[in-house]
Amino acid sequence: MFTSVDDVSARLAETGYLASPAVATTVFLAGRLGKPLLVEGPAGVGKTELAKAVAQMAGARLVRLQCYEGVDESRALYEWNHAKQLLRISAGRDESWDETRTDIFSEEFLLPRPLLTAIRGDEPTVLLIDETDKADIEMEGLLLEVLSDFQITVPELGTVTATRRPFVVLTSNAGRELSEALRRRCLFLHIGFPEEELERRIVGLKVPGLGAALTESVVRVVGALRAMDLRKAPSVAETVDWAHTLLALGADTLDETVVRDSLGVILKHQDDIQKAAAKLDLDAL
Amino acid sequence: MTAVAERITGLVGALRAHGVRIGTGESVDAARAVEALGLADRERLREGLAATLLHGAGQRAVFDPVFDLYFPRGVGGPDGERAGREALRERLAEALAADDGALLARLAAEAVDGLGGYGSSPGADGWSAYQTLDRLRPQTLLARVRADVRGRDGGGEGFADRLLDDEIRRRIEAFRRMVGTEARRRVAERRGREEIARRGVVPTADRVDFLFAGRDQLAELRRAVQPLARKLATRLAARRRRAARGTVDLRRTLRSSLSTGGVPMRPVLRRRRPVRPELVLLCDVSGSVSGFSDFTMLLVQALHDQFSKIRVFAFVNRLDEVTGLLDHGRADPDGLSARIRAEATLTGWHGSSDYGVALGEFAERYGDAVGPRTTVFVLGDARTNMSDPNLAAVREVARRARRVYWLNPEPRGQWGTGDSAAPDYAGLVEMHECRTARQLGALIARLLPV
Ligand SMILES: Nc1ncnc2c1ncn2[C@@H]1O[C@H](COP(=O)(O)OP(=O)(O)O)[C@@H](O)[C@H]1O
Ligand SMILES: [Mg+2]
Repeated sequence: MFTSVDDVSARLAETGYLASPAVATTVFLAGRLGKPLLVEGPAGVGKTELAKAVAQMAGARLVRLQCYEGVDESRALYEWNHAKQLLRISAGRDESWDETRTDIFSEEFLLPRPLLTAIRGDEPTVLLIDETDKADIEMEGLLLEVLSDFQITVPELGTVTATRRPFVVLTSNAGRELSEALRRRCLFLHIGFPEEELERRIVGLKVPGLGAALTESVVRVVGALRAMDLRKAPSVAETVDWAHTLLALGADTLDETVVRDSLGVILKHQDDIQKAAAKLDLDAL
Repeated sequence: MTAVAERITGLVGALRAHGVRIGTGESVDAARAVEALGLADRERLREGLAATLLHGAGQRAVFDPVFDLYFPRGVGGPDGERAGREALRERLAEALAADDGALLARLAAEAVDGLGGYGSSPGADGWSAYQTLDRLRPQTLLARVRADVRGRDGGGEGFADRLLDDEIRRRIEAFRRMVGTEARRRVAERRGREEIARRGVVPTADRVDFLFAGRDQLAELRRAVQPLARKLATRLAARRRRAARGTVDLRRTLRSSLSTGGVPMRPVLRRRRPVRPELVLLCDVSGSVSGFSDFTMLLVQALHDQFSKIRVFAFVNRLDEVTGLLDHGRADPDGLSARIRAEATLTGWHGSSDYGVALGEFAERYGDAVGPRTTVFVLGDARTNMSDPNLAAVREVARRARRVYWLNPEPRGQWGTGDSAAPDYAGLVEMHECRTARQLGALIARLLPV
């Protein structure tokens, strides 16, 4: 799938994703070993973005299963289109029930959901199972089954087996501890906050108008905030948002007023803002 | 076995010894990863092995130092002459100012080589990170590095300049860790990497002894409270479901069997009323055991919706209720112990623990906090500083409560030594050794009423 770690790095960069050495190495290995990739890390460090970038660089379609509390088989695997089945039943009054029955449990009435969609079809596919930790534990059993055999059985239609295994990325914010069994299926990648140099490049790429000096200051302040042990440390997403804001404000250097007025873009909790203001020696807010 | 395969096997063994669970499948993947990546780029090798062998971010703190021993940066000391202390400080200051990671790593190697060696007889010699840093004193370079950075950036204006001191401190901290890594590498060359991987690598936070945890490890533990609480809540919910299924009510089963001619066709289950239990914590927060108490208080608070009621009492030699203070702990867990010590009356005319007086005060003033639905946890090392342990008070609390458990952060072997009254208390209530977060989690999952 990929020829080398450098190749992964370069092609991800072309899509606008700047990979750390850990990210590039692990994505390369996931392709080589043919194993699903479990990406864990705080919100806003680019987990979802990574899966999208991999799909784009590989010229693959992206199929996404967004997990949430209560997501179930009918949302993840497939569902029968009951409304359409009913219509069909009432339309075909003069047929035998057996005929109708075979008919309404056919392809035409099936609503495939992401897992089934990703397994069927011959084109290269990236399957993104996003925020896996939000799903209930029962869902994990289902994922484990699908990720072991890459086949899904629809009792009325038979078993679908992947002719071409998708490249699978699972993400988790560690809201709930995922089971050992699921973890063992996957290669593990933790994405933390980036090194300063990488974060400068990300800001440079996303907000090119900001200028090198201001970009550097922005990254330094964010680094200082992360060292403060706040309730919610700012992530890459907040760094980029802040850079956009500063550009919009027309700031050309950081000063106390600018920082004070825009701190709310980076920090989401009032007590974090107060703590940070005190530590950064900003005058009372 | 090839040399590389042997190296991987050794690495896996050392990780397992530290409690990382690695199956054969993962070892095979690791070998394939090494084959795909090659050995030329050490950092890629590190990431590839971590991706195949680890299952969680917490394991990384153990993995990195073990990796550094099994795939060392090099062999032997740096080339060239040994550098003197002053010359090293000079170059270190420049490297810190330039924030040049590669150069800092090289200087760490030179520093250990030049300043860290001790002893000369085989078996008694070695390399010490402590001695290296004690001689080099990198922390005293702060002012010089600051001046240097300002000199090269011109001035010291600009908002970000106020961050400079902390940034330099972080660079120095990183350099200290490099010295630690380098000293371990050199020692391992002499004594064998197996031994150093076992003894010289700090365990993961959940396996650190509460009594020996440093500040950083305690902070890391506090961050682990929420995930641990979520895990425990899942386990408790499972136990509760099992308990709610109930046991067979024989009398009612037989009565209902009358309709089937006396053959008990369908067992009637005794339904349990789902009443959430009440919890009382009595916490020794004196210096030696405060890390343990703080962590447990935060954990219990994170589990608060498992209980109908929680009350928390802290003591040193006086006892006071701190339930309200704990509530704010959610916003600032780091400040919890400071706030408890500032706002509660915990000491009388001296500062050391007195279990007898504190337990007596509890039985007398707060006796009504304990009833037949209450489970009481006492947290502390039971070291009474030679004063009367007041067994009568404990007996009284045990009589009123549903259960009383005592969690002791000291190793069992030390109970009863010196001024420890542990065996006396253990004669009255169930006492458990609880030295690490991992043990605490297991005990809570088992002992908490559901
Ligand atoms: N390495 C990176 N390269 C480019 N952009 C990144 C990178 N990391 C994070 N980002 C930016 O951060 C934003 C948030 O990323 P996202 O994938 O939504 O985070 P997560 O899924 O981890 O919560 C993205 O829109 C992207 O702009
Ligand atoms: Mg996301």
